[in-house]
Amino acid sequence: MQLHDVWFILIAVLWIGYFFLEGFDFGIGVLTKLLARNTAERRVLINTIGPVWDGNEVWLLTAGGATFAAFPDWYATLFSGFYIPLLLILVCLIIRGVAFEYRAKRPEERWQRNWEQAIFWTSLIPAFLWGVAFANIVYGVDIDERKNYVGTLWDLLNPYAILGGLVTLTLFTFHGALFAALKTEGEIRARARATALQLGLLTAVLALVFLIWTQSDSGNTWSLIALVIAVVALLGALGANQLAREGWAFILSGITITAAVAMLFLALFPDVMPSTLNPEWSLTVSNAASSAYTLKLMTIVAAIFTPLVLLYQSWTYWVFRKRIGTQHIPAAH
Amino acid sequence: MELAVAHETIARWQFGITTVYHFLFVPLTISLASLVAGLETAWVRTGKEKYFHATKFWGKLFLINIAMGVVTGIVQEFQFGMNWSDYSRFVGDVFGAPLAMEALIAFFFESTFIGLWIFGWDKLPKKIHCACMWMVAIGTLLSGYFILAANSWMQHPVGYTIDPVTGKAQLTDIARVLFQDTTVVVVLHTITAAFLTGAAFMVGISSFHLWKTKRSNTPDPKKTAAMRTSLRLALVVAVIAGLGTAFSGDSLAKVMFRQQPMKMASAEALWDTEAPAPFSIFAVGNVNEGHNSVALEIPAILSFLANSDFTSAVPGINETAASEAARYGGDPKDYIPNIFVTYWGFRLMIGFGMTSFVAALIGLWTTRRKFWLAPEHRTGSDEVPKLMLTKNRELNGFLTKWSWRIGILTMGFPLIANSFGWIFTEMGRQPWAVFGLMKTASAVSPTVTVTTQVIALSTFTLLYAILAVIEVRLLVKYAKAGPVTTEEPPTKDPTLRPGPEDADKPLAFAY
Ligand code: HDD
Ligand code: HEM
Ligand code: HEM
Repeated sequence: MQLHDVWFILIAVLWIGYFFLEGFDFGIGVLTKLLARNTAERRVLINTIGPVWDGNEVWLLTAGGATFAAFPDWYATLFSGFYIPLLLILVCLIIRGVAFEYRAKRPEERWQRNWEQAIFWTSLIPAFLWGVAFANIVYGVDIDERKNYVGTLWDLLNPYAILGGLVTLTLFTFHGALFAALKTEGEIRARARATALQLGLLTAVLALVFLIWTQSDSGNTWSLIALVIAVVALLGALGANQLAREGWAFILSGITITAAVAMLFLALFPDVMPSTLNPEWSLTVSNAASSAYTLKLMTIVAAIFTPLVLLYQSWTYWVFRKRIGTQHIPAAH
Repeated sequence: MELAVAHETIARWQFGITTVYHFLFVPLTISLASLVAGLETAWVRTGKEKYFHATKFWGKLFLINIAMGVVTGIVQEFQFGMNWSDYSRFVGDVFGAPLAMEALIAFFFESTFIGLWIFGWDKLPKKIHCACMWMVAIGTLLSGYFILAANSWMQHPVGYTIDPVTGKAQLTDIARVLFQDTTVVVVLHTITAAFLTGAAFMVGISSFHLWKTKRSNTPDPKKTAAMRTSLRLALVVAVIAGLGTAFSGDSLAKVMFRQQPMKMASAEALWDTEAPAPFSIFAVGNVNEGHNSVALEIPAILSFLANSDFTSAVPGINETAASEAARYGGDPKDYIPNIFVTYWGFRLMIGFGMTSFVAALIGLWTTRRKFWLAPEHRTGSDEVPKLMLTKNRELNGFLTKWSWRIGILTMGFPLIANSFGWIFTEMGRQPWAVFGLMKTASAVSPTVTVTTQVIALSTFTLLYAILAVIEVRLLVKYAKAGPVTTEEPPTKDPTLRPGPEDADKPLAFAY
């Protein structure tokens, strides 16, 4: 295995980390409308991710930075090509971060309602758009011989990509509902499980169609294995949820995300962005990669710091391990 | 406008707007993180209530500020790819490395530990809680370091080769990128400027509260104590940081005279080589026209700034442009940056920043507490200090009023200085994106349409303008409210394993 293959795996790991973690953040954001019945419950949901959402988002920044360092052409083609969807995602992430921090900073009802609206929409839109983006990456887009994307915005909104977006949206919301069941107590906890069941069934149907489509289109043996794991884990999560084993259910939905994203990357390899115009023009792990020196350097840095990050982020989850219910929400400040 | 030109111009405007905006929050974040950590340490070690109130108060303002720093930073991470894809392809091998390190090392640190700090007041033992803030502070310093190393490489590329096959830059020596003189001096200058910024901010708000207290009939001694401590701390930091900024700025100028003579010549609007070269304080007429009708110059100072002596020659704009054109091809005119912006940017940076420094120096002297003061003029630690000129002589009412006012009015000066400093640095580098290697014009994304760019530029500008209004209003609201002195420090130190009696206790902080 060459260094650029290692980096392909590392980039996949960063995206998996991002979708695993911010996946339930997005889900919680969507559930503030689907699940919570009043302000106190909305605040319970928001505060389950309060201490951690910012750290979760850095997985995205790291995936971006690492792609820039390890595969400059991938970074350049992807973000200049998918310009408008990315712009939308950025706008959402900006408003979303500010919404969390500023919602409780003023007592006025209207102020708080507006930020709550913002949290819902800015969680929903990126959860959908990331699926669209990844579906397009795997399927391939119009890339010319100078490695530039030459298609239009509308080319990105093809049926396969939209299905991909719906899969990430429902999967993340399902994952978020299981997280809510795990982290809350009282009435909302039971309701979270009921909501998770409905979301899980919907996700299972959509994901099955999308993953099989992907497999038949660009799959291989390895991606088939990942597909099977994803589907089994999803069904397992549903079952565990029915048995009220909330910890297991959440872990299994996490494994679903991991396996599904892994499957996309396995279907992609050794390309990183296939060209639909001419296979010769595809970006691959070798023609988009940085020099051996940079890859080696970054491997050392990643080998030291990724475990460290995992360690202190896990510690954070342990510190805030207690479930919260409406009785824990302070009146105002 | 010609399409290619529009392409580049819009991309530059977008980068300039988003980056300058991001950098409004960054210096405050960097400095307030350390200042809050210092105040919390003082509380943990002495148990004095005033440090607790100060920590909480400045912590709140810090959090309102960092939220914006974080979200505007996300844009920065991706916009190289969006608008500057040819640039990204060309430099990614070198430039991507510090950027990825910044995310992996610094951003994870900041964002994880800030969560622990915000929500951890009742969950973490005091010492660990305080350590979390230090982790945040270290994270902000590291992130500044890495991004400035990346930027310094654009100013002065080192530690790379050009791959003969692909024509792209390739990293050969990361240590040179991280530790070259440009990086080290720029980091020193930017960090000290950041501390001057945070300190002036603290001076301004403490002055506001102390002045209000002085005129109030029912002063709150706890609030006075917290604000008085903050004022003194901030004055000391401002003076040290101001000195540091001036010294590092001087070294930076020397480095720049060597590495980018054109930038420094334009900073001075020095059209023709002179020996000894004067320092221009003020120029009348259009500095952009090839000659100045200069009003005020100090002889030989520019020679000193450049070379540490009062005699040597400093190359002018015309000579430098001619030699760059001879070296890189094209017309000398192409190598002259916007002289009006660089000349005035440089002056405004120094002027605004140093005003705050001088104000702090005076403030530090007039608010001294014990030493060199006659006993009847000494004030207690929960009283508003008298402003003392000499041992026995207090400033008169008019000057006292204006001293407090100046403290408040100069609060944002270093922030303005920072923006002008960056505008000068980045525009003085033009026409280069990477000095000597890649011109800005060839750095843009070739297939992104002008329509797309216009949509993005307007979206960001509008969004940022709205957020600015929201953020400033919140800051004003919380700054004016002052420390909440009814809040008692926790009586018992929280433990990592809370007992059953804590089961239904409300959270100490919730969104
Ligand atoms: C409070 C802010 C502040 C203050 C008081 C000063 N500066 Fe500054 N200056 C900055 C804030 C700043 C900055 C915004 O942080 C810059 C932009 C890039 C950088 O490294 O720092 C900068 C850039 C900058 C540069 C250009 C560096 C480059 O192109 O990379 C020079 C030559 C100086 N400064 C020199 C000075 C001198 C001689 C000062 C005299 C006292 C001074 N600065 C005060
Ligand atoms: C935070 C401080 C910074 C500020 C305020 C700033 C400001 C600016 C401005 C105003 C421009 C537009 C120049 C022009 O139109 O002539 C610019 C250009 C640019 N800067 Fe910076 N910059 C900062 C830091 C950085 C850093 C750290 C990097 C790299 C990591 C960087 C990379 C660039 C690039 C790629 C361009 C576009 C090319 C160009 O126009 O030169 N800047 N910056
Ligand atoms: C001199 C220039 C810059 C300095 C000193 C600087 C430093 C900082 C600091 C101190 C923060 C604090 C917010 C936080 O805690 O996250 C921050 C946020 C951020 N900056 Fe900048 N920055 C600069 C310019 C840039 C540029 C050009 C980029 C893009 C490559 C960038 C990327 C980011 C990102 C992604 C964040 C958000 C981090 C997070 O979520 O924690 N910054 N930056």
